Amino acid sequence: MKPFSLARPRDFAGAGKLAKDRRFRLPVIKAGGMDVVDHLKEGLIEPDLLIDVLRIDDQPEIREADGAFHIHANATLANIAASRSIARRAPVVAQCCASAATPQVRNVATAAGNLLQRPRCWYYRNSQFDCLKKGGHRCFAFDGENAYHAIFGDGPCHIVHPSNLAIGLSVCNASVRLTGSDRDAVSLADLFHMPDRGLLSEHNLKTGEVVTEIHFEPRSTSAFYAIKHKQSFDWPLVAAAAALELDGDRIESATVTAGAVAPVPWALPHVGEALVGVSLDDDTALRRACATSTRDARPMSDNEYKVRLLPVAIRRAILKAAGREVMS
Amino acid sequence: MSERNEGISRRSFVQTLGMGAAAGALQGHAEARLTGQDEGGTGIVGPGPRPITLRINGNDVRLTIEPATTLLDTLRVHAGMTGSKEICDRGSCGGCSVLVNGALTASCMMLACDAEGAEITTVEGLGTEEALDPVQEAFIRHDALQCGYCTPGLVVAARALLDATPRPSLDEIKQGLSGNICRCGTYTNIFNAVLEASGQAPVTDAEVNRG
Repeated sequence: MKPFSLARPRDFAGAGKLAKDRRFRLPVIKAGGMDVVDHLKEGLIEPDLLIDVLRIDDQPEIREADGAFHIHANATLANIAASRSIARRAPVVAQCCASAATPQVRNVATAAGNLLQRPRCWYYRNSQFDCLKKGGHRCFAFDGENAYHAIFGDGPCHIVHPSNLAIGLSVCNASVRLTGSDRDAVSLADLFHMPDRGLLSEHNLKTGEVVTEIHFEPRSTSAFYAIKHKQSFDWPLVAAAAALELDGDRIESATVTAGAVAPVPWALPHVGEALVGVSLDDDTALRRACATSTRDARPMSDNEYKVRLLPVAIRRAILKAAGREVMS
Repeated sequence: MSERNEGISRRSFVQTLGMGAAAGALQGHAEARLTGQDEGGTGIVGPGPRPITLRINGNDVRLTIEPATTLLDTLRVHAGMTGSKEICDRGSCGGCSVLVNGALTASCMMLACDAEGAEITTVEGLGTEEALDPVQEAFIRHDALQCGYCTPGLVVAARALLDATPRPSLDEIKQGLSGNICRCGTYTNIFNAVLEASGQAPVTDAEVNRG
């Protein structure tokens, strides 16, 4: 790790000001540090100022107001996963946090840091690959080792979005509150962009904008389902979040988002439409609706298996949301 | 720069494939702008060393370290407490596990400054040679180690688990220790040590592997 100076602003607005401070070549904001410290160790970033926001606790970590959940940017994944209220009223959010990484990571990693972590692509994470995300001229995954890369999107970079939490939040009409600019909030859908809209970051925040809170609505019939190689310290091969409204066993409405398949949380509105009217007891119809999830998929040399896993993950997320038994 | 990939070493590529680790590129060294002290009340310290106080195993320990120092390096190098182990150095193996205000934490991924003001408990703070922690006693009785390098982290993780869940099920034990890797594969003995330390009967390999 190269030496850096350390600032501890009193509030997020102060952090935003420091992030724009021209006296510094590369000010970087750190919360739990799980991703930033990793970047520092790899030499992927060499900030001269680290802006530590971890001690900012101007709000309770988790509160409910106006029928919605308000999560402090610094709430840990462990505390979100352990919240009885979230587990009851928005189980998909609790489950995606509980599924992430390890106890050691969940105890420290923060909600906003999880959303804004950089991708886990092994070419991006290896400082010796000068890939598109580092200002280079090619995506090494495109004709390289791409088993864990995207099956949706036109590139030119083929990362998958690394945040489990973003997948869960995306079926709960979530938004993030901001400080540091003239806008107060941005929807979760508008927080991230595809690689053709910019390669050097995955989010749409301007320099000096800082996430202060995450808002989302309850979805009591919802679930997160991840298919992984390992059950610990692994990112999903494919993940799905589903939020349902049921009339008995019949699906009245469904919101479905896929994870680990695209550079952003991959909303699948046409799958939600195909699920309307389907009975959970009619497995043929359920499978048929879930199969529509892959119609735009364009797998690469090593990740065609994701095209087969995605409908499985979605179907299991739906059944899990409805309280049915699914393979864990 | 664009063809830097030509010089990739096999070792670093394999490291990346395996653990997300890689050799850091040597790039231009940032000019030291400030000394370690907070000059002029800006609230900005470093990049040089500055005095901090950490509360480790109930004692206030005064150290002089740079902001760019992990808690693990601070414990091992600066405080001379080598119980916490550096293995993967990326928060994925659990060898460096400590408790920070009771929460199980990978000290290799935490900057020491983030632990200022917190109660830090390392493996050295669990029991004494005369009176071991029940988890340590049970690890010995169940031969819950082979090379022993992961053991301090596993003992700390087991302590954290039992503090939160005094009688964990086998599944809860697996979950609670899921951030700690034993590459000798002594898991059944480790789980049995935790079961015994929580007053429960041991299990067989077959029961551990059932799912």
